Amino acid sequence: MSAALFEYTLRLGDDALIDGQRLSEWCGHGPFLEEDVGVANTALDLIGRARLLLAYAGTVEGKGRGEDDLAYTRDEREWRNVLITELPRGDFAFTTVRQFLLDAFNRQLYERLCLSLDATLAGIAGRAVKESEYHLRHTGEWVLRLGDGTRESNRRAQRALDDLWPYTAELFESDPVQEQMEAQGIAPATASLRAAWLHTVEPPLRSAQLMIPGNTWPQTGGRQGMHSEHMGFLLAEMQFVQRAYPGQAW
Amino acid sequence: MCSALIPGRRGNSAGQSVIMATNGPTPDIDRARDIVSRIKDPEIPVLTIADLGVLRDVGVEGHRLVVTITPTYTGCPAMKAIEDDIRATLHGAGYHNVEVRMQLSPAWTTDWIEERARRKLEAYGIAPPRPVGSRGPIHCPQCRSTNTECISEFGSTACKALYRCLDCLEPFDYFKCI
Repeated sequence: MSAALFEYTLRLGDDALIDGQRLSEWCGHGPFLEEDVGVANTALDLIGRARLLLAYAGTVEGKGRGEDDLAYTRDEREWRNVLITELPRGDFAFTTVRQFLLDAFNRQLYERLCLSLDATLAGIAGRAVKESEYHLRHTGEWVLRLGDGTRESNRRAQRALDDLWPYTAELFESDPVQEQMEAQGIAPATASLRAAWLHTVEPPLRSAQLMIPGNTWPQTGGRQGMHSEHMGFLLAEMQFVQRAYPGQAW
Repeated sequence: MCSALIPGRRGNSAGQSVIMATNGPTPDIDRARDIVSRIKDPEIPVLTIADLGVLRDVGVEGHRLVVTITPTYTGCPAMKAIEDDIRATLHGAGYHNVEVRMQLSPAWTTDWIEERARRKLEAYGIAPPRPVGSRGPIHCPQCRSTNTECISEFGSTACKALYRCLDCLEPFDYFKCI
């Protein structure tokens, strides 16, 4: 097995699953019915993506772990998602701004992953890029509506952007795993990815009267399994059934 | 792998012959293909999985019947139901050695839904998807008016958005173009 490929696939899968889990918390709590359905649909796409990625990670690892083993029986330190995905859902502005930043990232990442020399990742990316493009259209419209809406909606969207921005640096972090994947033509280069991402998010944020924060201290650690205090609570809820009844299926 | 041609599928058309098995009966591929092609989508029962383009291939590997499908949306819950339906239907028809294989690439697109299937969708009350890249109007499936508006980018299932006709005032599902 390739340890780096396993680690890289796990990162992609964990980002999708934890983001999907957070979004799914809105199911039944959306601001109105259509939006409730919209957020839940996005969560469904992300969890579906996570299933494919984690199943593939299990295959690459070759120790017989499947998607469910990886999702439900790993402890906090074994998770590789970026911190921005695990932050509590906050208000609707926070969820929307976070999802907008992540949709723009996923849109760029998966477009490049379509060209990956790893055929399975390229296949998953072909599906994922179309979905992320659709998600981005949806969250982009909402960022505009909230940012350029009322004084209150602008205040909340701006506060969300200020709180979230320091966490975006982690999306473009490089380390030996990333470098190895880039060298093998499996992962796209983080530097060009960051430029493309900025190019995607800046114009809509500007149109929405939202200011990108200046120099901020980057918040990182997720890729090494060093998570925020929120991660344990999220896992406790997500993994409860398998922890209480190990191996149960229905 | 020996392939049977599915309507709308480009590719191996020479695959009508069956690989001779070294032992045991070889599945009757034409009959199997006919049976599988008629399985309905669980959410849109006017369309078959062949109409939707989800069914990509029916073939034989040794004694095993291999049905290849491509998911519409990665999180679409109907995919599991479709997989179960294929297996159950084939088992009921006497095929016991069946594998349902998920093929991700090339990614499914609404362009695989053929004209005949688009008409069936519209008659059922769902506006068919525009061709990918097209910005043409979306017709109301009830009164054909193009004076329609989007209510929500997301509808009753992962593959649909919610629209409203501003002439006859009926809300309707639009099959998202992807």
